[in-house]
Amino acid sequence: MTTALDSSILTLVTFIPLTGAVLLLIMPRRDREARWLALGVSIVAFLASLHLPVHLARSQPGFQFEINHAWISNPNIHYHLGVDGISAWLVVLTTFLTPLCVLISWKSIHERVKEFFILLLVLETALIGVFVALDLFLFYFFWESTLIPMALLIGMYGHGRKVYAAIKFFLYTMIASMFMLAAILWLYAKAGTFDFVSVQTAIHNGQVEGFAAAAPWLFLGFFIAFAVKVPLFPFHTWLPDAHVEAPTAGSVLLAGVLLKMGTYGMLRFNLGLFPEQSRSNASWIMVLALIGIIYGALVAMVQPNLKKLIAYSSISHLGFVVLGIFSFTQAGLDGATFVMLAHGVSTGALFMLAGILYERRHTYEIAEFGGLATPMPLYATFFLFVTLASVGLPLLNGFIGEFLVLSGAFRARALYGVLGATGVIWSACYLLWMYQRVFFGKVTHEINQTLPDLDGRERAALWPTAVVALLMGVAPLIWLNAIDPAVQSTLSPLTQFASKVVGQ
Amino acid sequence: MNSAAMLPQASDYVRLLPEIVLTVFGMIVMVMDAAAEGRSKDRHIEKLLGAVALIGSVAALAATLFQAQYPGFAFWNMVQVDSFSVFFHFLVAAVTALVILTSFDYMKVQQIRAGEYYALILFGAVGMSLMSSAIELVLIFIALEISSIATYVLAGFRRRAAISSESSVKYFLLGSFATAFFLYGVALMFGATGSTNISTIGTLLRSGQIPLLANAGVALMFVGLGFKVAAAPFHIWTPDVYEGAPSPVVGFMSTAPKAAVFAVLLRIMFEANAPGRVGLIWVVAALSMTIGNLGALVQDNVKRLLAYSSIAQAGYMLVAFAALPNNGIPAAMFYTASYAAMNVGAFAVVSHIGGAGERSVTLENYSGLGRRSPLLAATLTIFLLSLIGIPITGGFFAKFYVFSAALQANLTGLVIIGVMNSAVGAYYYLRIIVVMYMREPQQEIPVPSIPVGLGAALAISLGTTVYLGVLPGRVLEYASRTASAWLR
Repeated sequence: MTTALDSSILTLVTFIPLTGAVLLLIMPRRDREARWLALGVSIVAFLASLHLPVHLARSQPGFQFEINHAWISNPNIHYHLGVDGISAWLVVLTTFLTPLCVLISWKSIHERVKEFFILLLVLETALIGVFVALDLFLFYFFWESTLIPMALLIGMYGHGRKVYAAIKFFLYTMIASMFMLAAILWLYAKAGTFDFVSVQTAIHNGQVEGFAAAAPWLFLGFFIAFAVKVPLFPFHTWLPDAHVEAPTAGSVLLAGVLLKMGTYGMLRFNLGLFPEQSRSNASWIMVLALIGIIYGALVAMVQPNLKKLIAYSSISHLGFVVLGIFSFTQAGLDGATFVMLAHGVSTGALFMLAGILYERRHTYEIAEFGGLATPMPLYATFFLFVTLASVGLPLLNGFIGEFLVLSGAFRARALYGVLGATGVIWSACYLLWMYQRVFFGKVTHEINQTLPDLDGRERAALWPTAVVALLMGVAPLIWLNAIDPAVQSTLSPLTQFASKVVGQ
Repeated sequence: MNSAAMLPQASDYVRLLPEIVLTVFGMIVMVMDAAAEGRSKDRHIEKLLGAVALIGSVAALAATLFQAQYPGFAFWNMVQVDSFSVFFHFLVAAVTALVILTSFDYMKVQQIRAGEYYALILFGAVGMSLMSSAIELVLIFIALEISSIATYVLAGFRRRAAISSESSVKYFLLGSFATAFFLYGVALMFGATGSTNISTIGTLLRSGQIPLLANAGVALMFVGLGFKVAAAPFHIWTPDVYEGAPSPVVGFMSTAPKAAVFAVLLRIMFEANAPGRVGLIWVVAALSMTIGNLGALVQDNVKRLLAYSSIAQAGYMLVAFAALPNNGIPAAMFYTASYAAMNVGAFAVVSHIGGAGERSVTLENYSGLGRRSPLLAATLTIFLLSLIGIPITGGFFAKFYVFSAALQANLTGLVIIGVMNSAVGAYYYLRIIVVMYMREPQQEIPVPSIPVGLGAALAISLGTTVYLGVLPGRVLEYASRTASAWLR
């Protein structure tokens, strides 16, 4: 049933945004047209990406929609793309958020508009590429290419200490990924290929010379790159800076997708290539994840800055993902993947909402607001809905993933489950308290009396996230059906280890 | 030996065709310049001279391609045309053409009488071409001098600027000192082996035990050549000379003569089987990388910054020379090509932004360039990313091949130094990008639009940089075939 479309769909989805960027580049400098073109291209990319989950053969393990061409003979690099149930949904998450980013930046970006959308579309291509690349070199290439557009977005369009934040972001992640590059090059030198599946098979069959001695270091090489990206405690300090200074669209993609690159990398590469090391390192990684969950939540609670609060909440939520991944249980990994998607949608929406407020008041200080529910009732409603989704209210998207992660963590080690579960309580505390301070009570600042409510464009950007958040809550099986078999095949080399962990 | 054998054959001239073409065109330019003197001072004549020079360099490219079909020896085994020499001939001629394209507009903006400028570039190219095909040490020395003398003069071409004369004098004094070292090394080598022919020396050194004198000869020759490629510790002249010389000339002399000298170095190190190669190179490569990168960190003048960067880049290239020949030679050749593309391009941008009198060469002058001239900023960004070694630019594979060749020769220490240096290097290249895109200028100076010649030069060097980064296969295979033909 391999049709021409099936084999080229991934190339299409990956490069449609880049094509749009090139079109923008050669287009004359007219802001209005640039916005519409960017919106059109990103919507086309989204529609094309829907092909993946719709036509994904759910029962079939392994990668689908594969395309594999020899690209460079020395070093032996292939243009090898493919997705499974996990990465297919992450691709859709990326293409889903990008048009919303375009919409939310419609008015707030008024200088160098063309460049902004070029960077956004280039970033989209790089992000999709990370999720679909099955050649380690190609993966590394896409991974690094996300850095430059993202750093430029922060540095050129951000506010406040934007240059500092951009450079910090760049240096942190680039230095960390050099360790991954070293590990990839080692694997290439010994296995003679960059192909993910071939390397995996070679490792599994013990054909990689000197692997046993090097494996702990290789595991760490990959892990550091991913941990900084997630970011796992204590590598998280770049994140609040980057978020606070980034433009809204940058924050949405940063929290919505870029952080998922890290967790996706752990799932795919750490677990996929180094099952044994993953198991032996799981305990301290889970501890770090738990620290992240609780520490992120506690720091979020005391933030006076709305955007910083959401940024720290991301650290907390991503802790759940890491906890789920290293529980090595079906439920834990299913849940981790689901949290990735849910967090992308609801935190993306939260950042958009924060951005809408910033457009009106040019500040993120919570103390500057209060009683906003009176002048902006619709805005307040959306905000409440998304906040509840983020808190993990049953029937909304946050609940399913966290529940699965915690049940997985319980099975791995009960104490971890208990500690993780406190994170859910914390998140309710800081999010609802923040909501109360911003929206309820009297209007404390005169200027807030006259703030306009959401306009049509903003509603158009927010409705999709609300609908998807609800849909993910009431019909999670649409997603889990695809995720489950992919998780199973990721876990299969781990089952023996997982059973040991469970037995403890 | 009868008298007929002493006369050059037609094939001898074919094997020297690019040099002949370049010389003829250089002389045409000089004669035309002299004939036009006094009659018309307008710009048309200079454009014409430039065009003739451009045609000359393109004709040299064509001659190289033609010559490639007739490999072999010429002029009593002093010159050898093989795929190796063709590679470097092509590189030198291409760089020459790009630099001439860049110079059109530059000369107009700087108000320099161009006349012999173009002739000197062509004469310099003669020497550089000859270096890559000469297999006889004395001929190499002569070629080196032809190339050097032309560049000494070119460095001082901004006659109104004192800094340019300073640059020229410095380059000349230190340069002649260095070539003297080279000549001394040649003499010692002759004393040790009784020959100045590289392949004869190679055979001798491979067969018997190595005389101590040969070691000294290699070391002295290396000093001379190390000066020309700006390798530490023979690099002191580089920042001053690059700062003072006209930017297109810096683009020229940081690439073409370097490529030619690396060709000579490859022949001496590998074909002549130079003794003490690995230790010598190890030290110089490590020093160049470290000193170059550390020096660049604190520069505020873009030309000086790129000067230190070129010291570091020479260090990376030298790493390949310490590796085994079968992958060291192709790695060095690939690096030379991709370095030439990105560095010529970077200096083309610098020469355009410099403006009249090259006043805008500090980092501050680059602030806001992303908005003032998005195209130039984007182009320079790609060259800088390539100099860092980011994937899908030529610079990435260049570093990749060099370091993997070194790893296969078990030079792990050198590779670690190299990789750490790349990380340091990323910082100062990124600094330029950050300034261009994220800092606003203190005063708004408009950047003149890109003239045709510069645009063509930028497009070609950009295309080459990206081509080498996306499809490095063909060039690398060519280089590997060359190496294996050599080692047979």
